[in-house]
Amino acid sequence: MELLDRISAALQQGNDAAVLQYTGNAIEAGIPASDILNRGLIAGMDVIGLKFKNQEIFLPDVLLAARAMNAGMGELKPLLMKAGVKAKGKVVLGTVAGDLHDIGKNLVGIMLKGAGYEVIDLGTDVPAERFIDTAVTEDAPVIGMSALLTTTMPSMRDVTALLAGRGLNTRIKTVVGGAPLSARTAAELGADYYAGDAATAVDIVNTILS
Amino acid sequence: MQPILTFLSPELTDRIIAEGFTLLGETGVYIDSPGMQERLAGLGARVDSGSGRVRLPETLVERCLASAPSSFSLYDITGEETHRFGTGTVYYTPGSAALYITDEAGRRRPSTDDYIAYVTLTDTLENLASQSTAFVPADVPETISDSYRLFLSLLYGRKPVVTGTFSRGSLRIMKALQTAVRGSEAQLKLQPLCIFTCCPNTPLRWTEETIDTLVSCAGSLIPMEIISVPMCGLISPVTLTGTLIQHTAENISGIVMAQAVQPGTPLLYGCCAAVHDMRYSTTSMGSVESMMLSCGSAEIGRKLGLPTQAYITVSDAALPDIQAGVESGMGGMLAALTGISNISGPGMLDYLNSFSLEKLVMDNEICGMGLRARAGIQPRDDFPAAPLMAELFREKHLLLSEHTRAFLRDEHYFPGPVIDRRDTAARERDPALWSARARAEIERRRAAYAAPELPAGLRSRLYDLMSREAAANGLDALPVPLQRDWRHLPD
Ligand code: B1M
Repeated sequence: MELLDRISAALQQGNDAAVLQYTGNAIEAGIPASDILNRGLIAGMDVIGLKFKNQEIFLPDVLLAARAMNAGMGELKPLLMKAGVKAKGKVVLGTVAGDLHDIGKNLVGIMLKGAGYEVIDLGTDVPAERFIDTAVTEDAPVIGMSALLTTTMPSMRDVTALLAGRGLNTRIKTVVGGAPLSARTAAELGADYYAGDAATAVDIVNTILS
Repeated sequence: MQPILTFLSPELTDRIIAEGFTLLGETGVYIDSPGMQERLAGLGARVDSGSGRVRLPETLVERCLASAPSSFSLYDITGEETHRFGTGTVYYTPGSAALYITDEAGRRRPSTDDYIAYVTLTDTLENLASQSTAFVPADVPETISDSYRLFLSLLYGRKPVVTGTFSRGSLRIMKALQTAVRGSEAQLKLQPLCIFTCCPNTPLRWTEETIDTLVSCAGSLIPMEIISVPMCGLISPVTLTGTLIQHTAENISGIVMAQAVQPGTPLLYGCCAAVHDMRYSTTSMGSVESMMLSCGSAEIGRKLGLPTQAYITVSDAALPDIQAGVESGMGGMLAALTGISNISGPGMLDYLNSFSLEKLVMDNEICGMGLRARAGIQPRDDFPAAPLMAELFREKHLLLSEHTRAFLRDEHYFPGPVIDRRDTAARERDPALWSARARAEIERRRAAYAAPELPAGLRSRLYDLMSREAAANGLDALPVPLQRDWRHLPD
């Protein structure tokens, strides 16, 4: 089996030690870092994403694959930076002010990390300014917000309004999700995108940052 | 004999409780309230104020468990006793705080009219001993959506209310509404009208907001249900025993806080267990494992000497369909046979996200069956059997027998019209599906509703209190009229 296929296969098995070893072997063999990333790690993660979507595998399998992906990325990151390959992008994530539900938000974070994004997780009960200030200082083009309560859902409007007020809404896009939301309410709250589940959130971030 | 179902052996129950105590003493629980940390430190807890970690010694836990009442009562809006928790009796109550309502037209955000329809229907459902603030009307500002539900429940309903707050500060108006009903805070202490839900933030954490509610309720002796919400495999161990250990520690930490504020605060030992379905990342409460957890937790609560509660007559189904009937039927029956004091959930669908009136009337019949099963098989006038057999041989039937007439109503529960037991000819004449029968039953019951007689001026006082709260939150007029004639209802 070719080295890159081995990386992909080991990642799909959630074998982080093997991914680390094969990534090192590939670097030694002089394979370009971007190929190791795209044809090895990301190729494996794509299969995992698809299998999860089709319910062939369960969440723990995705998390193990994501951990293996991170192991490979640790080896690859310095080379990618040297080669001028841009990082996939940053997402600022949090549960809105007044809301302490974080399970769904955490799953979104896990899936985004698994897809290769850097996630800055602000936790729960996050005020509007903090979302925006962090996105600006971290140069993150996406803010992801979660809300589970009808009482806290309107806080999302504070963020979208503040972004527009500061003229940042073309540069920073908002993705929202959580049980009380729908595509319609998300639009009413001024959000750019609505995701019904974690996998869709990843698809949307892929679209925004492609 | 009253049947009793058990999932835990006495040895396992003791081991789980002992391990819960160890967790509280060694791992501790995170308490985000400096005031509560200080209070517990004063009672012997080891507090790390930097992290908020509080370790509760066994002596303190034992003392607090001992001061929690083993039984207490609830009273309806007219002051009549409706519940005696902790006496072995089980009661059913609708599920609470859904975001949506599901009906013929699909799933939508509910309105004030939907809520009034729910309260007036629940008032007539004989197997539901209380109402709950079942869902959240979307036609008032979100900031009052918790208190407004309680207001409508008190304005239209007779039964006591299971409720909760969504945000800090809501308890003030919710307490004022209850006090208005009873006439004074002292009377409210004597005759509790509501139960407030208080949940730890699993794993092993209590937020300042929830502690505010807990302190305030305990200070006024308002009953609470302490409900840990573990999720097997996600934020609690995948094993049922492991989850019960965590659940025990979380629930007991709430009991300790409430008793630390006010010894004697009435509490239900609650459970809202879910299994994290790894395929879809959903929180299944209709799973058999969630039901086993609810029953197991009630066995632990009972061993600790407390009346119990569980979210168990619920369904994960999106619609009130066969899945909903199966899941609620299983849960409702297991709960009754386990002897859970307050069985929550009727009406609830979609992982606690949506409420259905059709399901509520179906569940009312399920609850009737649960209550019947709980009553068990008793010896009536059945010994010796020979005289009745002689009558049967003589008459060819027992329809007119004294024995039949004496015991029929107690021995047999008659469900319907949602549960259909008609004969084939009747079914052919009127082949209405269960959903049509449920809708007709909702209409029939709502037409039979009569508002409870309340002291003169009480409804106006409730109305004034809520109107002022609404105005302070930017709503000039409540979307419900103040009726003059409370014997009749608006459409
Ligand atoms: C950025 O882009 C995105 C994209 C997609 C995103 C996204 C962001 N965020 C989510 N998604 C989406 O992807 C995820 C994965 O597929 C999904 O995330 P979800 O979060 O929907 O799904 C998770 C994987 C699993 N789901 C969950 O974790 C939520 C489950 C339910 C049962 C729930 C739980 C567990 C809890 N609760 Co809460 N709780 C309920 C919930 C009912 C429900 N079924 O939603 C709900 C939301 N709670 C409710 C209530 C009332 C409350 N809760 C409270 C507390 C809690 C617990 C602490 C006990 C616990 C949270 C633990 C935690 N660490 O998060 C209180 C409020 C605390 C606060 N201020 O936030 C309290 C007020 C109860 C009380 N009286 O104390 C109700 C809301 C009522 C309302 N009208 O708003 C409720 C519907 C249950 C009910 N019927 O009572 C999608 O929505």
